Amino acid sequence: MDFDLTEEQRMIRKLLRDFAEGEVAPGADERDRTKVFPRDVFKKMADLNMMGLPFPEEYGGAGADSISFAIAVEELSRVCASTGISYSAHVSLGCAPLYLFGTEEQKKEYLVPLCRGETMGAFGLTEPGAGSDAGGTRTTAVKEGDEWVINGSKCFITNASYSDFLALTAVTSKEPEGPEITAFIVPTDTEGFQVIDNYIKLGLHSSNTTELVLEDVRIPHQNILGEVGHGFKQFLVTLDGGRIGIGAMAVGIAQGAYEAALQYARERTQFGQSISKFQVIQHKLADMAMNIELARNMVYKAAWLKDCGRRFTKEASICKLFASEMAMRVCDQAVQIHGGYGYMHDYRVERFFRDVKLTEIGEGTSEIQRMVIAREIGC
Amino acid sequence: MDILVCLKQTFDTEERIVIEDGQISDDGVEFVINPYDEYAVEEAIRLRDEHGGEVTVITVGPDRAEQALRTAMAMGADKGIIVDDEDLENADEYSIARVLAAVIKDLDFDIILGGYMAIDDGSAQVGPRLAELLEIPHISTITKLTIDGESVEAEKDVEGDVEYIQSKLPILVTAQQGLNDPRYPSLPGIMKAKKKPLEQLDLDDLDLDEEDLEGKTETLEVFLPPEKEAGKILEGELDEQVKELVQRLQSEAKVI
Ligand SMILES: Cc1cc2nc3c(=O)[nH]c(=O)nc-3n(C[C@H](O)[C@H](O)[C@H](O)COP(=O)(O)OP(=O)(O)OC[C@H]3O[C@@H](n4cnc5c(N)ncnc54)[C@H](O)[C@@H]3O)c2cc1C
Repeated sequence: MDFDLTEEQRMIRKLLRDFAEGEVAPGADERDRTKVFPRDVFKKMADLNMMGLPFPEEYGGAGADSISFAIAVEELSRVCASTGISYSAHVSLGCAPLYLFGTEEQKKEYLVPLCRGETMGAFGLTEPGAGSDAGGTRTTAVKEGDEWVINGSKCFITNASYSDFLALTAVTSKEPEGPEITAFIVPTDTEGFQVIDNYIKLGLHSSNTTELVLEDVRIPHQNILGEVGHGFKQFLVTLDGGRIGIGAMAVGIAQGAYEAALQYARERTQFGQSISKFQVIQHKLADMAMNIELARNMVYKAAWLKDCGRRFTKEASICKLFASEMAMRVCDQAVQIHGGYGYMHDYRVERFFRDVKLTEIGEGTSEIQRMVIAREIGC
Repeated sequence: MDILVCLKQTFDTEERIVIEDGQISDDGVEFVINPYDEYAVEEAIRLRDEHGGEVTVITVGPDRAEQALRTAMAMGADKGIIVDDEDLENADEYSIARVLAAVIKDLDFDIILGGYMAIDDGSAQVGPRLAELLEIPHISTITKLTIDGESVEAEKDVEGDVEYIQSKLPILVTAQQGLNDPRYPSLPGIMKAKKKPLEQLDLDDLDLDEEDLEGKTETLEVFLPPEKEAGKILEGELDEQVKELVQRLQSEAKVI
């Protein structure tokens, strides 16, 4: 056993901490109010070669590991969860499927610009009628000659307004044992393809969440990601990796909320003393510190298994589930410790409180995580 | 151009200081490159990019200080030298300057950079002492540096004013805040830092005798500053407040 980060991982944490404090935190509250996507932040991240962090150098990546990816998402989310989710989705939903399932040509054409940060990565799975039950996809793709014609719609797709292309799933044939699902790489400027940025959200205001509408979108056969009929398996694998990202995001938000609460508790005086002297407040803070530490360890463990090339489905679900549920409680109690001030925008915890809810929903709800874990333990 | 940077690994500026058995405890502490030395590293990389050559970063410290050298390499420094300080007893600025001088006397250099002080001990002595030992000129607390051929022009911060100084290579300069904006190490820089050459030396390698290096200062006691006490807010009519203030300044604070 070795609980120490490697030298590179420590340097990456320091870099991301400094970058997050210096470049991401200053505009975070403002972006939350104005709902402006942090393009300049991603431009700077691209300059430091962070956009392809866990992918090999030959594809424009930095060749770091999944633990470093988790560290990066945590540090960004600690100051701005919108930046955290956009980055996590870019890497684990945008880049990863291309890296894992793309042909060599597809990697050169699509993965390289993503890793260089020339465009944002996105993945279109969820539909109005198919969320947790992603197998219930209704979007269809029909082969006509050498082309596929795609019709349907997707909802809640992160980053798509800033993506030049994205992978999305469609039913390619209806078999008796269930629909055959295939993933396609679709350029967003293809005729008949609309990206609609129109949601009014609870939080994550400066992240980009979109609806996709596809009307007779024609795509050449070579744009099939991997092979026909592999779509279902592909997104299961993709989501395993994505869950590490959402787990790390939850740890980051919780860490940010906890630090704010600790600082506030030390400074705020009531009944003639600092409220951090009240045992009730101390216990709240102790619970936060404990849960964050546990969640972070689990995120690292899932990422470590992934880096070792071992199975990590169960651990990814455990880390995502535990981290998101503890982060909800941490943000709730962080607002509580701030009293009325916590309800106000000027104190960061109000933003964290709104942002954190997504971690219990995206990339598989808590209910779905429990189903995955139950299946993994042999229920 | 051969560029040397002397740097020290220090506590992160945000760390809380804990004293245990009369010593500052470094248990669980995060370490960073001394912030003033970071300006020196940045300036060195810029000089190298402009004039060519190599940047060598040098530190005297425990094993963990290697991390500071690797960070400087991730920023762009080409190689590093770490001198193990295990055999140094009661080392102070005198000792460190002597060790650095012994390392540097075997190296080719045109310019040596360092931070003007380390944020932990805050003595601002190692740079000037090193220049003396090497018998080269030095300019401390610089905020601007221009090198053209052999000639060196620097702007030096003197308590808020600026001094313009001209000199010649070889030279030692120490960095003040404002010299530059240190870059973030890039991710590929971090991934490649481990592959850059790092030389590990101890006192024997340098033909140094630890007895000659013993510090010239003696630490009598280490203690934390007294806790800040709550301030006193005077109340009442303005006249009364003034009277009370004068009275307190006379009898309590004893400053008038
Ligand atoms: C901000 C944001 C960003 C997103 N980004 C993306 C993206 O980039 N790409 C993408 O494809 N999707 C994205 N999503 C979609 C997200 O993954 C889905 O919202 C999520 O999977 C849940 O699906 P649903 O909303 O249809 O809810 P439903 O599946 O309708 O679930 C409703 C409720 O029923 C529960 N439930 C469902 N099935 C079961 C069951 N079998 N047993 C017990 N309970 C069950 C759920 O847990 C939930 O509580 C995003 C969503 C949000 C909010």
